[in-house]
Amino acid sequence: MSALESPQEDVLVSVRGLKTYYSLRGSFGQRLVGREAGHVKAVDDVSFDLYRGEVLGLVGESGSGKTTLGRTLLGLVPATEGTVTFEGEEITHKSERDLRALRRRMQIVFQDPHASLNPAMTIEQSVGHPLTIHRIARGGEYRRRVSEALETVGLAPAEQFLDKYPSDLSGGQKQRAVIARAIILNPLLLVADEPVSMLDMSVRAKILELMLNLKREFRFTYLYITHDLATAKFFCDRIAILYLGRIVEMGPSAAIYDDPKHPYTKALLRAIPEPDPLRSVPRDLPRGEVPDAASPPLGCSFHPRCSVAFEVCGWESRDLRDLLEIRWAQLSEAEFEAERSTIGDIVPLDAPSTSFRLAAGSGREGGDVLTLLETIRRETPDEPFWKGVRKLTAADRYVEVELFTPLVPRLLPLGSSQVECHLYDHDALQEAGNRRAETL
Amino acid sequence: MSVRALRVYYGTLRGTVRAVDGVSLDIGAGEVLGLVGESGCGKSTLGRGILGLLPEGAASDGEVLYNGQNLVTMSDKELRGLRGPELGLIFQEPMTRLNPLMRIEEHFAETLKQHEPSLDNREVRRRSLETLGRMGIPPTRFRQYPHEFSGGMRQRIMIALALVLRPKLLIADEPTTSLDVIVEAQILRILADLREDFGTALLLITHNLGIVAEACDRVAVMYAGQIVEEGSARQVFSEPAHPYTRELLRSTISLDTTKLHSIPGAPPNLIAPPSGCRFHPRCPDAMHVCVTKAPIEQALDGSRRVLCWLHGPAGEVPDDGWSQLERQQIAVAEEA
Repeated sequence: MSALESPQEDVLVSVRGLKTYYSLRGSFGQRLVGREAGHVKAVDDVSFDLYRGEVLGLVGESGSGKTTLGRTLLGLVPATEGTVTFEGEEITHKSERDLRALRRRMQIVFQDPHASLNPAMTIEQSVGHPLTIHRIARGGEYRRRVSEALETVGLAPAEQFLDKYPSDLSGGQKQRAVIARAIILNPLLLVADEPVSMLDMSVRAKILELMLNLKREFRFTYLYITHDLATAKFFCDRIAILYLGRIVEMGPSAAIYDDPKHPYTKALLRAIPEPDPLRSVPRDLPRGEVPDAASPPLGCSFHPRCSVAFEVCGWESRDLRDLLEIRWAQLSEAEFEAERSTIGDIVPLDAPSTSFRLAAGSGREGGDVLTLLETIRRETPDEPFWKGVRKLTAADRYVEVELFTPLVPRLLPLGSSQVECHLYDHDALQEAGNRRAETL
Repeated sequence: MSVRALRVYYGTLRGTVRAVDGVSLDIGAGEVLGLVGESGCGKSTLGRGILGLLPEGAASDGEVLYNGQNLVTMSDKELRGLRGPELGLIFQEPMTRLNPLMRIEEHFAETLKQHEPSLDNREVRRRSLETLGRMGIPPTRFRQYPHEFSGGMRQRIMIALALVLRPKLLIADEPTTSLDVIVEAQILRILADLREDFGTALLLITHNLGIVAEACDRVAVMYAGQIVEEGSARQVFSEPAHPYTRELLRSTISLDTTKLHSIPGAPPNLIAPPSGCRFHPRCPDAMHVCVTKAPIEQALDGSRRVLCWLHGPAGEVPDDGWSQLERQQIAVAEEA
C-alpha cells in the first residue's frame, strides 16, 4: 500500500489529542454564583489518522461519543482541546466562514433520512442546496448536476424524482437522496453517521452496496459511525472501538474480528444476535449499561462491567454499592431486610472514592458490617471487586474500606492493533502483582 | 391461544388497508413464538389485533380463541379483564409507557390493585419486589422515578410490570429496538428464560431474524398481511421453504456475511395487494401460476406449513402454470 511509502501524503485527516467537553448547566443557584456544574467528556483524548480512500469504522454504544467525534471532525461541534488536520490544514480553530469553504470537501450523512430532508423542499431543491449555498451552479447547469447526482445514487430516471417531496419517497429512497446531496460537491471525506440503522434489513444491504460503489468510483474516504459491528465488518478497512469517549481498541478489521483483545470488544461481538439456529442466547454478558459520562468510573471506564478486571483497574466506592444492590435483587424479602438493616446509609458511596467508610445500620456495629462483607466475599469469590480490596477494618460504627489506587489505562500497540487495557500492559500487570503480594 | 382466519382492516381515505388478512396461529402454553417480517407487513397490527387493542376505524373478524372464549367478539369490558392477568403486552419505547410522575412502587401498586383488589399492601410489596428482583432491579430502587433509570433498566421494569400479574401469554413488540447491543442481549436472555422462570408463553414480534433465532422455539414469517411460512426455528432457519424467508435470511447482515444481498422492490401496499401470491413481483422463483392464483397453504414434514406454489398442491396448478415467470427489472424507483 502506498500509505506505507509516503504516509504523510496519504493521510487525509489527522486527529491528535482531541477532546470535546460539554459543560453541564447545573442549577440556577450555581449559575448565579458563577460556579460550573462540571462537564461531560464526550470525546476524551482521541488520536488517529484517516488515510485517503479508506473506510474507518467508529463503533460504540450510545454515549460512547462516536457521533460527537464525527461532528467535531467536521467542525460542527467546537473542540475543547487537540487538533484536527484536514489535508494538512489545522481546522479546529477556524472561523465559521473558513469552515464553510472547507465543507465543500467534507460532508455528512445523518442517521434519520426522514429528518434530514426539509419536508417543504422538493428533492431537486434539497439535493441541489449545496450548489446554491456555495454559489456553484444555477439554471440549466444546476438541474443537470442535480440529475446527475440523483442518477449516481440510483434514483433514475431523475425526472421522476426532481419534483417530488420527501413524503413521497420511501426510507431507502430518502437515504439515497441524502447521499446524493452529500456527494454533489464531490467531497473527499464522507462522514456517515449510522446511515442504515433506521432502515429495514432488506434495504440496508442496498444502501451499503451503493456506498461501496461510490467509494470505488470516486475514491471517497469514509468515516463510518455505527453501533453495529456486523455492518462495520463488511464495510470497514479499519475499526476503532469507542467506550465513554475513548478509543479502547483500534486496528485492521480482520484483527478486530478474528482476534479481539479488549474485553469490551469481545463482549460486543458476543452480543450480536446471529440468524443461526444452532446458537443460543449468550450467558456471559457484561452486567449493567454504559455509565453516565458526567461522572465516569475511575481507572478504566469499563472496569465495573468487566469480568476479568483486577487490582489496578479502578475499583471504587460506587462498585461496592452496585455489588450490594445486585446481590439484594436476588435475595428474598426477609434476607434483604436483614442485610439492609445491618448496613447504614449507602448513598455516600455514590461519591467516587478509593478509601471510604461503610456505615453500620442503627443499633449495629462495624463488626457486624465486616462480618456481612466477609460472608458476601466468601459466597462470591469470583466477583472481581474483591481483587481491588486492599484492607477492610472494622471500627465502632463503620467499616473502613481501603481499595487499591487505580491506574489509568494507556492505548498501547499490540500486533497490528492498539489496545487500551491493563491486561496487555506489562507495567500494570507487574504493579498488580506487587499489590497482591503486599496484602498477603 | 389459537388464532383462526383473523383479519384486521383499516379504513383510510385512499381505501381499505388489509393489514392482517386471514392469519391462523397457535401459541402453546410456555412457548416462545417469533413473528418476523419487513416493516409494513402487518406484524404489529397482528399483535395488537390479538389483544383487541385496535385504533378507531379498524375492524376485525375471525377468531382469537383463548380458554375457549373468542376475543374478537368479546365486549370491551370483558377484554379489559383478560388483559393484564392473562395477556400482557410489552412495547418498544419503555420511557413513553411509564408515568414520569409516579414512583416505580406506585406503578406496581396501581397495576396489582386494579387487577387483584384483594391484595394487601404487604403482599403487593412482596410480589413487586420479587418480580423486580428477578429482572435484576434491586429493592433499594423501588421508590425511585422512571427518569432515574437507564434505558435497559426501564425495559426490565416494563417487563416486570407485565409479569407481576403472572400472565399466561406475553406479546412483546420489538422490545429491544432502542437498546444497545449488550443490553439487547441481556433483555433477550430474560425473555428466552420466561418459560422456566414464570411459565409464560411469548409472542416476540421483531424485524431482526437474529433475535428470533436466539430466543424462539418456533417462528412465523409474515408478508403482506399473511403468514407465508411457519415451523420450528431450527428448521425454518436452516432450510427455509418459502422464497421470502430464504431471501430475508440472505439479506440479513451478520458477522458471517461475505456478500451483500437484498430483496428487490418493497413490500406491497396493502390497499391493493398484488394478484395471486403477494410476493410474486419480488420473488426470484415466481412461476406463471403465482400471478393468477393465490397459493394454498401446504403442510410439510413435522409441524411446518408454507404458503407457496413451489410446494403444491400440484393438482391445482394449471398445465401452463409451471413455467418460470419472465422477471422484469425492478427499478430503484419502486424500492423501499
